[in-house]
Amino acid sequence: MSIGVDQWVETADSRRVEPDGWWGRGSNWWGSIPPWGRLGIVLGLAVFVPLFASDFVVRVGVNALLLALLAVGLNVSVGWAGLLDLGFIAFYGFGAYAFAILSSDQLGIDLPTLVAVPLVVVATGLLGVLLGLPSRRLSGDYLAIVTLFFSQIFLELALNVDRLGVDLTGGPNGIAGVTPFHLFGMRFSSPASYFYLFLTVLTLVVIALYFLERSRTGRAWQAIHDDALAAEIMTVPINRLKLVAFASGAAIAGLAGSMFASFQLGVYPLNFQVQFLIVVYAALILGGSGSLSGAVLGGVVVAVMLDLLRDPGQASAAFYGVIAVTLIAKIRPWKRLGAIVGGAVVLGSVVNAIATSLWPGAFEGDAVSTGPLASFLDSWIVVPTDPVTPGNWAYCALVACVLALPLVHGWKRDALVVPTLYLAAFVWETRLVGEPSITRQLLLGALLVVMMLGRPQGLIGKARVERV
Amino acid sequence: MEFFTQQLVNGITLGSLYALLAIGYSMVYGVIGLLNFAQGEVYMIGAFIGLFVLQWLGGPGGLSVPVVLALVLMFAAAALGSGVLGVLIERVAFRPLRDSSRMAPLITALGVSIFLQNSVLLLLGPDIRNYESASYIPVTSGIHAGPLRISLVRILVIVTAVALMILLTLFVKRTNLGRAMRSVSHDREAAAMMGVDIDRTIMSAFFIGSLLAGVAGVMAGLVFGRVFQLMGFVAGLKAFTGAVIGGIGSIPGAMLGGMLVGLAESFTSAYISSTFQNVIVFCVLIVFMLLRPRGLFGKPEIGKV
Repeated sequence: MSIGVDQWVETADSRRVEPDGWWGRGSNWWGSIPPWGRLGIVLGLAVFVPLFASDFVVRVGVNALLLALLAVGLNVSVGWAGLLDLGFIAFYGFGAYAFAILSSDQLGIDLPTLVAVPLVVVATGLLGVLLGLPSRRLSGDYLAIVTLFFSQIFLELALNVDRLGVDLTGGPNGIAGVTPFHLFGMRFSSPASYFYLFLTVLTLVVIALYFLERSRTGRAWQAIHDDALAAEIMTVPINRLKLVAFASGAAIAGLAGSMFASFQLGVYPLNFQVQFLIVVYAALILGGSGSLSGAVLGGVVVAVMLDLLRDPGQASAAFYGVIAVTLIAKIRPWKRLGAIVGGAVVLGSVVNAIATSLWPGAFEGDAVSTGPLASFLDSWIVVPTDPVTPGNWAYCALVACVLALPLVHGWKRDALVVPTLYLAAFVWETRLVGEPSITRQLLLGALLVVMMLGRPQGLIGKARVERV
Repeated sequence: MEFFTQQLVNGITLGSLYALLAIGYSMVYGVIGLLNFAQGEVYMIGAFIGLFVLQWLGGPGGLSVPVVLALVLMFAAAALGSGVLGVLIERVAFRPLRDSSRMAPLITALGVSIFLQNSVLLLLGPDIRNYESASYIPVTSGIHAGPLRISLVRILVIVTAVALMILLTLFVKRTNLGRAMRSVSHDREAAAMMGVDIDRTIMSAFFIGSLLAGVAGVMAGLVFGRVFQLMGFVAGLKAFTGAVIGGIGSIPGAMLGGMLVGLAESFTSAYISSTFQNVIVFCVLIVFMLLRPRGLFGKPEIGKV
């Protein structure tokens, strides 16, 4: 016990409930490595990706790093300062458009990368200050709505400014033919070069933010996040710090935007819709809002998940894999798990036998999934010749089952899990696998809800549960 | 002059829709102090429920029942379905998070809203559906007096909206449940100590708010025809602003605020620019929210520690 430190505060760590289970042990072990070691391990693994992987995988990697960078930027305003900023996508879009205008034929300006990017970052940061001004007066929901207005205004301007005489944004067609990055005599053209560019930038940003988090400013943000009123009474200048948070997040978004524009060789209004904002939020929430490594992890996981969904075979493997892992992690003891899985298999076989004998010819469809699972799925799930209507009804039934799950307890819940599993597989094979873009959005929406309800601290965040 | 009155009627029609939606925001905000992001989606689903009833009754071309009965059924089904949906949303997205940070329920509501939008997209496809109200509510009938021309559909919408608002005002002022809502919005803990059932009160606020959103959805279908899965997003944004302009938590404020947003939108698109209509309306709303965040009828917020 030292002098000048509150005993309650000093002993806070000993009262904290430690996470248990294999996940808890794993994250404790990971947390015990010093930060530089953690960064080194991740970087050491990441630099080898482009050497061994195909171009497609490297592109997925670039998307993952981009999303991680955006999640890290969003984390500054949402996770640290606690400002629900729904205008983040506008900063990202502004950065991308600004870079595209400064280095393409749109206005005949083609600045060198080393001039254009800092210009864009500073301009986006200033825009962040400007749009952050409402945060002085508004809080919580009002701020969320006003910033959502900004996203909408940005999108409408990007779509319509071409009608005002000067064709600044290219309207619905966007700007094509953006000059790729030129740095130190190198021209970035291959996905691998962009992979290293994104990796370097992400690393630098993460290191800078790591120190920022521990600085006076970072601790003050934490104070505002926990209790703005108390922070203000402790003489924290909350208005100025909120503006700084907005501006820092915006500058990172602007940087990400300019890199994205150069990687895509163009910018299009469709890239900056609210849907993508949801993706960034899902990444941050999944990883754990407020944690830097969480934001990076969330960005990578969400981006890889979304890219997996493009290919039906991989998507199915991921879908059944996630279900299997969830079942194994959540259902104890093994006997219960065995009973549920056995029940699902029996249910499927019975349904299959009855359906094919009652209506021969009505179930000629094949399960879309391929690979080792396919033969099992074909005998387990009945796939109707016309899958759409039964699939839709099954979807409604599935949603009802999932909603009912938390309401029942004990053996009733176990009994309900069995048809839920079967319905999930049925809906997946009949409807979801064929509608990848809708499935992505559905999963993201569900992810936001499930994470906030079940694990608001994210995958690797620590729950702030204290024993009193 | 005729153009002006035409825009006035348009604005009032639009304003009636926004006002009904805004009441939902305001009621929910009143009892739990949170914004229900999914309100716009409830409105969209209400519009679809109305459309299904219409098709079930024989479709726009060949209604098997009198038009009045069909309309009553459409409104009733949409109101009931949306109300139940609202209660479900409360159970899933708001109740479990009642004691957590303010940001958590906003994010779940955002998730629910994305989920609902895409569920509708999955089940019904991206096609824009149409109410085709002109084929069963004659366009030519209505009020024609000098420069004033109001079609029957618009009269129907405005009258229904006004009637609902009067009913709602009476409900909140006179009934026990209405009193409970006012007391919960005033001070939830004190209300609980006085024996008010908080869960039930919050649930009924969601039910009534969503019911009104569903009715507004059917009205939107009747007036504008087009029904699609993204219709709720921008409408919800504008209606929320209406609620803020009126002073969030205040029901008469929401009615007036919704009306003002409708009028502003209609006149902007008529006299200034229809391309930048949303941009201009949003900018005006942002400025208003900055200058007077408590709205026209709102009480100044006093932070209690």
